[in-house]
Amino acid sequence: MLFKIALKNLLGARLRTFLNVLVTAFSFFLILFMSAMYDGMLQHAKQVTMDTEIAGGAYWHPEYDPLDPMKFEDAHSALPAEIQSLVDQKKAFPVLVSQASIYPGGRIMPAIMKGIPPDQNIVNMPTGALAGHDDISIPVLIGKGMASDTKLKVGDVFTIRWLDADRTYDADEGTVVHIMDTENFKLDMGHIWIPLKKAQTMLAMEQEATYVTYEKGLPTVQDKGGWIPRDINYLVQDMEAIIEADKPGAIIMYMIILALAAMGIFNAQVLSIFRRGREIGTLMAIGMTRQRVVGLFTLEGGLNAVLAAVATLIFFGPILWYFGANGIPLPIDYSEMGMIMAKRLMPIYTIGLIVSTTVLVSVVVLIVSYIPSRRISRMQPTDALRGKVVA
Amino acid sequence: MIKILISILSFAFLLGQSNDMSVQDIIRAMDNNLNAKSRILTSKMIVHGRRSSRTIESKNWVVGIDKAFTEYLSPPREAGTKMLKLDDKLWTYSPQTDRVIQISGHMLRQSVMGSDMSYNDMMEDRPLMELYEATLEGSVEIDGRDHWIMLLTAKVKGLSYPMRRAWIDKEYLLPMKEELYAKSGKLLKTSTMDGIKKVQGRWFPTRFIFKDELKRNSKGTEWVIDEIEFDSEIAESRFSKARLRK
Repeated sequence: MLFKIALKNLLGARLRTFLNVLVTAFSFFLILFMSAMYDGMLQHAKQVTMDTEIAGGAYWHPEYDPLDPMKFEDAHSALPAEIQSLVDQKKAFPVLVSQASIYPGGRIMPAIMKGIPPDQNIVNMPTGALAGHDDISIPVLIGKGMASDTKLKVGDVFTIRWLDADRTYDADEGTVVHIMDTENFKLDMGHIWIPLKKAQTMLAMEQEATYVTYEKGLPTVQDKGGWIPRDINYLVQDMEAIIEADKPGAIIMYMIILALAAMGIFNAQVLSIFRRGREIGTLMAIGMTRQRVVGLFTLEGGLNAVLAAVATLIFFGPILWYFGANGIPLPIDYSEMGMIMAKRLMPIYTIGLIVSTTVLVSVVVLIVSYIPSRRISRMQPTDALRGKVVA
Repeated sequence: MIKILISILSFAFLLGQSNDMSVQDIIRAMDNNLNAKSRILTSKMIVHGRRSSRTIESKNWVVGIDKAFTEYLSPPREAGTKMLKLDDKLWTYSPQTDRVIQISGHMLRQSVMGSDMSYNDMMEDRPLMELYEATLEGSVEIDGRDHWIMLLTAKVKGLSYPMRRAWIDKEYLLPMKEELYAKSGKLLKTSTMDGIKKVQGRWFPTRFIFKDELKRNSKGTEWVIDEIEFDSEIAESRFSKARLRK
């Protein structure tokens, strides 16, 4: 009964209701879209990192810190027995990391040199391209970004200089055998990949590695021998931090939109109570309690959220669906900025996101509808009938 | 006539002495020329880039092979930067950040002020006798002066350059040219010296040129010694870390 009256009154307000619903629907859309976009970014980063870099996770040498190249020279040793056993069973593969200087075109550039087994198939990297180059001194795999920075092409030869385990300089010629197109900048920028055996010989670190990546679904080994297990959540935390740092800006934006919608509803409620004094008085006179009248007006306001949800579905639903299906093309390559970002960003709409957004918008709308309606509880029916409203 | 005879005899004696020197004697003489109990020097490092050159002036206090203190005097951007070397440790102080930083590990292989010299090149001044096994490869005349060609191969582990070849002037007993090789035998750097002068009874170069041979079109880095004083007394306090901030 109350719902019917509320809906009738709301629809009767026509343009005012339409504008309120439209603004609320827009804020609804924006929150949904932005949050889905961030979720999509994170999901993509996780997926790409898992696919190309860490698979099920990794074991790091205790001294290894990927953000501190100065420590690379101490971050290597033979693998602990249990981890070595995973490698022997082809369930994991070792990587040996070292600093190097490269001289593409005669210019000196610092680089991170990583030795990887060419026959690994745990991560999606074209390491197979490193195999079968017996005629080449050092076969090198690089990413597109690195190729662009160094102006190297497949077949180009350049000097690599490194320090071996005894901290003695050594140098030789590397030949680019493949340029990979990867979305994971961590494999690309500043990196050169060479066969693991070659790296171990060059660095005089036979049978040694810096980290080991294992395939998905493997439990952590019992005896890690001091090596540190790193899971997917740890390895994408920098990406998460970047996204978290970017979120406040978006939150402020959609809070402003939501505040505009809330102000519209608040204003409409205040105006309704002033203009509909006689109606309130009549309702009270015919026996409706004050609480029910307050409930009626709150419901009227609250129905804005329901209509906004419907309007979002009608007006913005196709847009959300389109972007969800086709993604949003990004104009620039974010990998140079140190972000794993798809060329086409796919927003992800989860049930949790839709429910939480609906609850947020509904609660805001209910609050702004209830606050002006409280005034009704202080009104006398006789005053209301005469059109007098308590200030 | 007698004077001429004496001169010829003296010259022949000197020449004979040089030729009779053993490989060990040559290396020892070279070490003696280049190293001293202490030295105080003012120098300029001219770093030749692709487009322009930078000149960095500094004053150095060195005692033996374990202690060295450098203060950069110009350009204004580098003035006040100081470096202290004690044994195998190196600290730098930058007035801009007002911080003392220890340079260790891989950082020692980084270039000093963008030059062709690494911190390690600066620090590795232990006598060659201790580090390398020398083999005489022959003699050659360069610019009218006789030189020995000496191949030095590392006899200790952990040296940056496991092999070097030196062209040693038979009179000055100085490595006028040196080639520094990687383990694979690839030439990494060259250093040359000129402007040899007699300073306090020893021959000493007034200009060194270091060049990273892997860089294409590199003009190298010049190190010009403006003033040098050997075996002067240097206060122990000069080599304290507190001195870096003063």
